[in-house]
Amino acid sequence: MSVRPNAGAGEAVAVPRLPSLAERLRGAWDGDVAYSFRRSPVAVVSAIVLAACLAGALFAPWLAPHNPFDLKTLNLLDALSPPVWQEGGKPGYLLGTDDQGRDVLSAIMYGARISLLVGLASVALAVVMGVSLGLLAGYAGGKIDAFIMRVADVQLSFPAILIALLIDGVARAALPRDAHGDVALFVLILAIGVSNWVQYARTVRGSTMVEKNKEYVQAARVIGVSSWGIMGRHLLPNVMGPVLVLGTINIATAILTEATLSFLGVGVPPTQPSLGTLIRVGNDFLFSGEWWITIFPGVALVVMVLSINLLGDWLRDALNPKLR
Amino acid sequence: MLAFVLRRILQSGLVMVVVAFIAFGLFNFVGDPVAFMLGQDATQEERVRLRGELGLDQPFYVQFGRFVGNAVKGEFGVSLRQGRPVSTLLRERLPATIELSVAAALLALFIGIPLGVYTALRRQSWLSHMLLAASLVGVSLPTFLIGILLILVFAVYLGWLPSFGRGDVVALGWWTTGLLTQSGLKALILPAITLCLFQLTLIMRLVRAEMLEVLRTDYIKFGRARGLTDRAIHFGHALKNTLVPVITITGLQLGSIIAFAIITETVFQWPGMGLLFIQAVNFADIPVMAAYLCFIALVFVLINLVVDLLYYAVDPRLRIERSAAAH
Repeated sequence: MSVRPNAGAGEAVAVPRLPSLAERLRGAWDGDVAYSFRRSPVAVVSAIVLAACLAGALFAPWLAPHNPFDLKTLNLLDALSPPVWQEGGKPGYLLGTDDQGRDVLSAIMYGARISLLVGLASVALAVVMGVSLGLLAGYAGGKIDAFIMRVADVQLSFPAILIALLIDGVARAALPRDAHGDVALFVLILAIGVSNWVQYARTVRGSTMVEKNKEYVQAARVIGVSSWGIMGRHLLPNVMGPVLVLGTINIATAILTEATLSFLGVGVPPTQPSLGTLIRVGNDFLFSGEWWITIFPGVALVVMVLSINLLGDWLRDALNPKLR
Repeated sequence: MLAFVLRRILQSGLVMVVVAFIAFGLFNFVGDPVAFMLGQDATQEERVRLRGELGLDQPFYVQFGRFVGNAVKGEFGVSLRQGRPVSTLLRERLPATIELSVAAALLALFIGIPLGVYTALRRQSWLSHMLLAASLVGVSLPTFLIGILLILVFAVYLGWLPSFGRGDVVALGWWTTGLLTQSGLKALILPAITLCLFQLTLIMRLVRAEMLEVLRTDYIKFGRARGLTDRAIHFGHALKNTLVPVITITGLQLGSIIAFAIITETVFQWPGMGLLFIQAVNFADIPVMAAYLCFIALVFVLINLVVDLLYYAVDPRLRIERSAAAH
């Protein structure tokens, strides 16, 4: 990943010319990864499904048939109507409605937005935290390294979801009750992010320890670049590759963690329901036979997570030189 | 040997001190215990008196020492929500969680290992492909959704099994068991399946990967060359060498099962410690939260310690490496 095709090698001037964006895209399409993508039906299908999910979530305000949060448009007479194809289903409510007459499909689209937001933000937080600490541990070594890695070991001996639950629980106990609604999303992102930094830190520490002995780092040190400069400008770009793959795969886990916490009632508040919250709310209606309120958000969650997992599996294989 | 054991025990002790510190912090910095206990219209003198009685005017390390002393005895004060001692609450809930977790762990082992062996030996059969695909779906299905689906099918539509609670329990001393009554056993089935599925896929994939690894080694080829039967090679040699990491991982996973029981217990309203903890989080019931925090940390620390020491005892390579490094 550190070797760049030297486009200007044949020219008289020794300064290598960086390939333009169009050239890079062409190169990427002709490259091994794209080839293995085109050859893998599972990857193509999951990419399409995932793209559809993303579009539905991102453009929910424009695509969704109803606005589930606009109380004016809700009609209690439409409450608890089953999906269209079942007896008693109302046209216009494709997947039925919940107890307050909210369209389930629209609620899912808006809910997927929150789920994705929390998933992406918490992975971003975990990556930033893990990469910084891993770089620091790998580059500084000694006591700092020992301390950071000891903390990582201890945290790794507990399941991430338990740690997220504990951080979330402590934050809830510490904050005044009426502040919950406003900061719940941030607390949740913080909890999931902090509970997942370890694997990034371990990966980055490993590659940093290899990279820091290479000549370009020594050269930078000789010309007097500061330690922070070396870490940020020289090492960082060279250790990010594996982290990005790991991060992509972990978005699925983060979304599941968010859904689980929301289902347990310690995640996002019901005023801004995510998929997990929708499942939790719908769960109360399971016994009276209104299965669609909880099953459809569940299906949406599984489809989204499964397509990310399948893509991640393919990506890991495609980037693994041993399997080529 | 002794140095390794001591260092490992010291490390575990350090983790417990940190956890105790967090739990102690919960008590002291989250809300004012005096305000909790006295209510709003107490006079200043009453506050000062109670503060003295509770020892809150003493230096920090004295308070922390007393907290740890009480925690070791299992005393975490009185639940703010239920008004009963936390130790009693936990002891009531402990059997339910342990029975559920052990049942799930056994299920995962006894189904996961055979499936793993099968998928490793018959790599190309359609059933193996199906099982592997199913395990990927299983990883993507969150635990609570599996529980909801099982409830929907077996409790709501078919009406075969109960969807919540533990059924009738029999008291054996302070331990209550649901294993001796029919309704208790029936109530255990769905939660145990829900809880075991994730570990089951994990064990299956692990056994498969380890088996494939072992089947490639020289001593297996040698065994074949000697004309041993497939049966002897697969089960006598390959499986035996596969089981060491599998047992380690399963041991380590037992803690996770107890932790994941929080989710399963919430779905099935199973009256265990996890449900107690979730209710405590929702009501900011700090004594219960602190007690559960210490309990679950103790479980994990003990499991990790035991597994590490066992590994050290079982695997002679570790010992040689260490003594070689020491010289």
